Amino acid sequence: MLSAYTDVVIFFLAGAGFVLLTLAIGRLLRPHNPYPEKLVPYECGEIPVGEGQVPYNIRYYIFALLFVVFDVEVVFLFPWAVVLRELGMYAYVLMVIFLVMLVDGLVYAWRKGVLRWV
Amino acid sequence: MYEWLLGTGMSQSLANIIMGVLKSLIIIVFLAVSALILVLMERKVAGRIQNRPGPNRLGPGGMFQTFADAIKLVSKEDVVPSGADKAVYILAPLVIFAASVALWVVIPFGPNLVVQDLNIGLIYLAAVTGINVLAFLMAGWSSNNKWSLIGSMRSAAQLVSYEIPLVLTLVAVGMMAGSLRLGDVVAAQQGGIQNWFVFPQIIGFIVFVVAGMAEANRKPFDLPEGESELVAGYNTEYSGFRWAVFFLAEYANLIVFSALATTFFLGGPSGPLLPPIVWFFIKTYAVIFVTMWIGWTLPRIRIDHLMNLGWYVLIPLALINLGWTGLYVLWRG
Repeated sequence: MLSAYTDVVIFFLAGAGFVLLTLAIGRLLRPHNPYPEKLVPYECGEIPVGEGQVPYNIRYYIFALLFVVFDVEVVFLFPWAVVLRELGMYAYVLMVIFLVMLVDGLVYAWRKGVLRWV
Repeated sequence: MYEWLLGTGMSQSLANIIMGVLKSLIIIVFLAVSALILVLMERKVAGRIQNRPGPNRLGPGGMFQTFADAIKLVSKEDVVPSGADKAVYILAPLVIFAASVALWVVIPFGPNLVVQDLNIGLIYLAAVTGINVLAFLMAGWSSNNKWSLIGSMRSAAQLVSYEIPLVLTLVAVGMMAGSLRLGDVVAAQQGGIQNWFVFPQIIGFIVFVVAGMAEANRKPFDLPEGESELVAGYNTEYSGFRWAVFFLAEYANLIVFSALATTFFLGGPSGPLLPPIVWFFIKTYAVIFVTMWIGWTLPRIRIDHLMNLGWYVLIPLALINLGWTGLYVLWRG
């Protein structure tokens, strides 16, 4: 059982290793000539004003929060989905009730206008 | 091969590791070759759609154009912008490429032709595709560039929004197959075209393709790197081979998502006469062609429309698909 996941680990390492190896080989081929003007962050030719790492719009944060709610919901759905055939109609109705409660949250967010992108 | 390794008196775990490394090398070579083919295919398809020939100078029909591009990219200077968070900046391409390689662990190319048919395959796919968001955020934040930051924030909002309908369709697929193992999903669709999941789950298929295109940053949904507004989005500051890694990962994600659409809805590697792996590639490339076709036909979507499509259309549709699939499964028994 565990050996099935050694392949997963190897694949992650191999992906990262491939990038590192190609970068190392590329180092022999490519020029290296940095000077301050070249290293300035690109802002369409202007000299950048302030840092690039600025505080950013809160709107994205709300989508992330809603995502967490739904993703946790999906984790509950997976085991239910696999054994639905054995559990039958009773489990189906229960899960519909659960989903209705969650969709209620989405509808609430919708009506409140937090999902509106203005 | 495995038996031969054991025959040389090697311990079982070492033989497992060597086999894993060999398989990962095969997958990486496969991904690199597919990216070369796909870049050329994309440019040719785009050319034909826009009534022009596309690349046609290097080799017959422009065949060697992408090789030339790849060599150029490897020999380009590697610029790290001043003020960049260097460790994160270097790590971001590693993370995105490692994730796109790791996705291939569970994808079946044919009967028994799969690296590891994990018994939680569907959850594994959902988890590993989630890593992309991290890589985009790392790249955008560490570059110390405003375009990168805006692009990465957009891609985070887009990817998390479209991951929900995507995962909800995965739940419906798991329900049809009665298993989270991709091998079982393919097995449930054996025995002819009438058993393909695309017919009972036509809504799920459409949701999956649209959400998958958004997850892979394909054309109408390529806001994170919208050239006309954000220069290049999260990878603005990346140059040379580091940039090429993002590009490679994007094409790897495209082919992963097409292979998944094939596996989940189009019967996977099953078909008459030809060997299974050929069928797998025919179906996968057919899906890729359709996504390119859509991408080069439609203009880029606006970000508020993108979010509305995700939250108000795709998620309700995915939930309807889930409810319908449950009834279908109970009815068919």
